[in-house]
Amino acid sequence: MKESLLENKTFLTQLESRMAKTRWFELISLMAVTMGILILAVLLIDVLVDGLPWLRPHLFTEFPSRFPKNAGLRSALQGTLWMIGLTALISLPIGVGSAIYLEEYAPDTKLTRFIEINIANLAGVPSIIYGLLGLGLFVRAMGLGRSVMAGSLTMALLVLPIIIVAAREAIRAVPRSVRLAALALGATQWQMVRSHVLPYAMPGILTGTILAMSRAIGETAPLITIGALTYIAFDLRGPMDIFTVLPIQIFNWVSLPQKDFQYLAAAGIIILLALLLIMNSLAIFLRNRLQIRW
Amino acid sequence: MENNHFVLSVHNLNVWYGDFRALKEVNVNIPEKKITAIIGPSGCGKSTFLRCFNRMNELVPSCKTEGEILLHNQNIYSEDINPVIVRRRVGMVFQKPNPFPKSIYENVAWGIKINGLNNGSSKSFLDDLVEHSLRQAALWDEVKDKLHQSGLSLSGGQQQRLCIARAIAIRPEIILMDEPASALDPIATLKIEELMREISREYTIIVVTHNMQQAARVSDFTAFFTMDEDRAGFLMEYGDTTQIFTNPKEKLTEDYITGRFG
Repeated sequence: MKESLLENKTFLTQLESRMAKTRWFELISLMAVTMGILILAVLLIDVLVDGLPWLRPHLFTEFPSRFPKNAGLRSALQGTLWMIGLTALISLPIGVGSAIYLEEYAPDTKLTRFIEINIANLAGVPSIIYGLLGLGLFVRAMGLGRSVMAGSLTMALLVLPIIIVAAREAIRAVPRSVRLAALALGATQWQMVRSHVLPYAMPGILTGTILAMSRAIGETAPLITIGALTYIAFDLRGPMDIFTVLPIQIFNWVSLPQKDFQYLAAAGIIILLALLLIMNSLAIFLRNRLQIRW
Repeated sequence: MENNHFVLSVHNLNVWYGDFRALKEVNVNIPEKKITAIIGPSGCGKSTFLRCFNRMNELVPSCKTEGEILLHNQNIYSEDINPVIVRRRVGMVFQKPNPFPKSIYENVAWGIKINGLNNGSSKSFLDDLVEHSLRQAALWDEVKDKLHQSGLSLSGGQQQRLCIARAIAIRPEIILMDEPASALDPIATLKIEELMREISREYTIIVVTHNMQQAARVSDFTAFFTMDEDRAGFLMEYGDTTQIFTNPKEKLTEDYITGRFG
């Protein structure tokens, strides 16, 4: 006797109710995603509509001015680029070094665990606190003044926890089997780390660094706190010069009364977003290209 | 038993992982340039015992070792001996092939370079060493035209032979093998066993295996480990392979070999 695939009535009714719940849940999740994307889209469209007409080469070559027609982001862009460069230079070695120590050499003691917990916490500290720290330590105590050096040191502190966490993850992803093979050949710990851990952790570390820099590029409050100005009318010549950055310039323009400055601010936002997009794309590209498939 | 020269001597070896005793009072001598197999049921400390010879157990923080292992009458566990030196003399091949994600050439050359074995010599000296090791591992003909391809591009059996080439490149005295063929197909397994016989002319081999037929085929001497009530592993019987498999002295050995438990 052939058995029918259809079960009895009770089962079918209950099945119908389960399928309905599944469809509802799918719908609700879809609505949540759509809402998020819609809000983002509205923001982007608004910025593009306001800012695109003001996106001219002029914007990159001119200094800020009282007159919207003459105003540009020259000093802000220089400041941002200098700051990212210096921040990366300072935070990368310290961050990677810390991660190597914590993963490879640190003994499993209370002190180590205490440090580990606090590094994760530091990533969540409000950035203005870093600004205050930078003001007291770099600007005043170390006498660096309101220079881009002081700003970069402050930002380096801010992004350090992010880099350390990313580097540790990357180092941990290297399989134990490869480490054991290296040690079994009579390698010292450092020889193993240098030849078999670091090269394979590099893509992950790089990605983490670029993402950390993306965070740094958008920070405004800590840099205002250490004294980055809003009106710089000359080129940045060295690390001890005073400076401004893109978000601060945008913020300054938004606060000015003339309508045109609002549009200029929108144009600045477009540039900032474009920079972020490039950096994140670079991070993803590098991660995909350089990753080893174990 | 013939009058073999013993290269390794184990005295009163005990190993703990935290509070759990994994190995109890092991005493055994390992003959030089022969193949010694370590057999026994799962969990009786065979791999732990193997890792004692190159001090790899120390990489587990909770592991404590007591007793001595003499290599040419020097205790490898003495305070003033750096484990790095021990591992130079006692090589290891792991259960799952683990070549470095580097080129085949670099896989073999790395061990030579970090131990400074080619210091001051020309590149062709290193090339010769790499070729020699790959020949000894019966892999040269298969890879000589693709030395710069990744080690991971080889088949499982080839990868394991690459790991063997890598281990013998630094000319250790002893090679430890932890179930070297268990992750491989039967043909690759046979090749590994052939290789083991070949290289045992120059190296002392200690191999852990779950495969009793393999132990009987390949080894000269066999050590049978088992567990006692508190799950600590100990050496039940040790002897000539032929004797162990045809005329074991202990009942438990006989039970294991005939498959009554495992």
